[in-house]
Amino acid sequence: MEEPIIEVNHVSMEFNLSAEKIDSMKEYFVKRLKNQISYNSFWALNDINFTMKKGEAIALIGLNGCGKSTLLKTIAGVYKPTKGQVTVRGSMAPLIELGAGFDMDLTAEENIYLNGAILGYSRAEMERYYDDIVEFSELHDFMNVPIKNFSSGMLARLAFAIATIGKPDILICDEVLSVGDFRFQEKCEKRIQKMLEGDTSLLFVSHSIQQVQKICDRAIWIEKGHVVEDGPTSVVCPKYNQAYQPE
Amino acid sequence: MSQYIKNFQKFRPLLAELVSRDVKIKYRKSVLGVLWTLLNPLLMMVVLSFVFSHLMRFNVKNYPLFILSGQLVYNFFSESTSSAMSAILNNAPLIKKVYIPKYLFVLSRIASSVVNIMASVSALIFMMLFMKVELHYTIFLGIIPIFFLIIFSTGVGLILATVTVKFRDIMHLYGVFLTALTYLTPVIYPISFLQSSRIAYTVVNVNPLTNMLTMFRDLVLYGTIPSISSFMLSFVTAMAALVIGLVVFYKKQDKFILNI
Repeated sequence: MEEPIIEVNHVSMEFNLSAEKIDSMKEYFVKRLKNQISYNSFWALNDINFTMKKGEAIALIGLNGCGKSTLLKTIAGVYKPTKGQVTVRGSMAPLIELGAGFDMDLTAEENIYLNGAILGYSRAEMERYYDDIVEFSELHDFMNVPIKNFSSGMLARLAFAIATIGKPDILICDEVLSVGDFRFQEKCEKRIQKMLEGDTSLLFVSHSIQQVQKICDRAIWIEKGHVVEDGPTSVVCPKYNQAYQPE
Repeated sequence: MSQYIKNFQKFRPLLAELVSRDVKIKYRKSVLGVLWTLLNPLLMMVVLSFVFSHLMRFNVKNYPLFILSGQLVYNFFSESTSSAMSAILNNAPLIKKVYIPKYLFVLSRIASSVVNIMASVSALIFMMLFMKVELHYTIFLGIIPIFFLIIFSTGVGLILATVTVKFRDIMHLYGVFLTALTYLTPVIYPISFLQSSRIAYTVVNVNPLTNMLTMFRDLVLYGTIPSISSFMLSFVTAMAALVIGLVVFYKKQDKFILNI
């Protein structure tokens, strides 16, 4: 049997929410002396287990604050889990927040190279993708404009175009399809679907159950950091809908 | 270990992009652009040598060159460490969203300062030619103390960046410390000037920058080769700073995200 592409083993993530944020030394020592430092421990993820096979498209569903984004970020390597282990075999394209690392003072062209480098592409590689990015984002006339002058839709288009270059083994999407106008959303969906037809696996977070059913074949329902149910979208999604159906 | 190297290889382009971004943004919208990296130390030298050759008279030959070389070393340290210090905080939006080896941000700040020190070195050589000072072959060895200086500053930068994530007020304290350091490094005065005061003499000599600066001046301005022991001393201080910096940073880096 082939090795799973993502393995999440008993992952728990604890955040120490200090009652007040202490970020100066003076405060720290004064409070320390008075013994006033208190932490509220908060487990955002609690013993999460799942594996993902190559080519699978998994959706993470759940209400706001249930830990979906924390889980994605743990898989992407942004957070290090407090307990447990995440193993990822393959390259990742994280679309967790579009345009992370855009520098507003630089032009669109310069940002393409900067953002590419953040994703781990060299300049030479980016040059090959450059035309494709310009083409997809439909920003031909604006490549030499500092992006602080861009509208949010333009930024989103550029960011999505950069994030989806190449052939990543795993695509991680967090709510990114909710950007841009209707036409561009469709274009993004098509692009993701085309990548799925290839060898790419997908981890997808969305509040739109319709979108989930359209794109993914397996869903994991998370509530308060626990996995409630894990199964085919056709089974999990109706249950999820029912659970949160307004009376 | 090989895993770390592989990871670094992957993100090396990012290091280059971050440095070029720093340089680009710094000089965008200024008419003279990158030329400022050259002009800045020269103008400072003019001001300082004018002030100090009239106010206080140190018995130093080619005083402007003396100041310029002192500034070059001191400015590199102060600029690189204070920008490295805020490297993690300033890149918080990025660190929160994508995985990037975090030391890269500190390295990029140090590397941007290396670009500046190279300009300052050219300014120094230019001034030496202009003042028709004899150039010694040892000038090429001047790279050695500079190299130690870069390693030393990287170590200090890593420590500062780590501490600043937890305690923001360090930034203000460090500003004061740097001002004090200007006077505790023989930038504007020769060490011999301090011989009358034992305490000041000892303090200035304990400062690791003093040794590096003296070596640099010996090699570049005076054409003499410093003793092996000063080379060893600089090497050991630089390496110690780097190792401590790496260990502290490595131990704390997973907690950064919770504090930024």
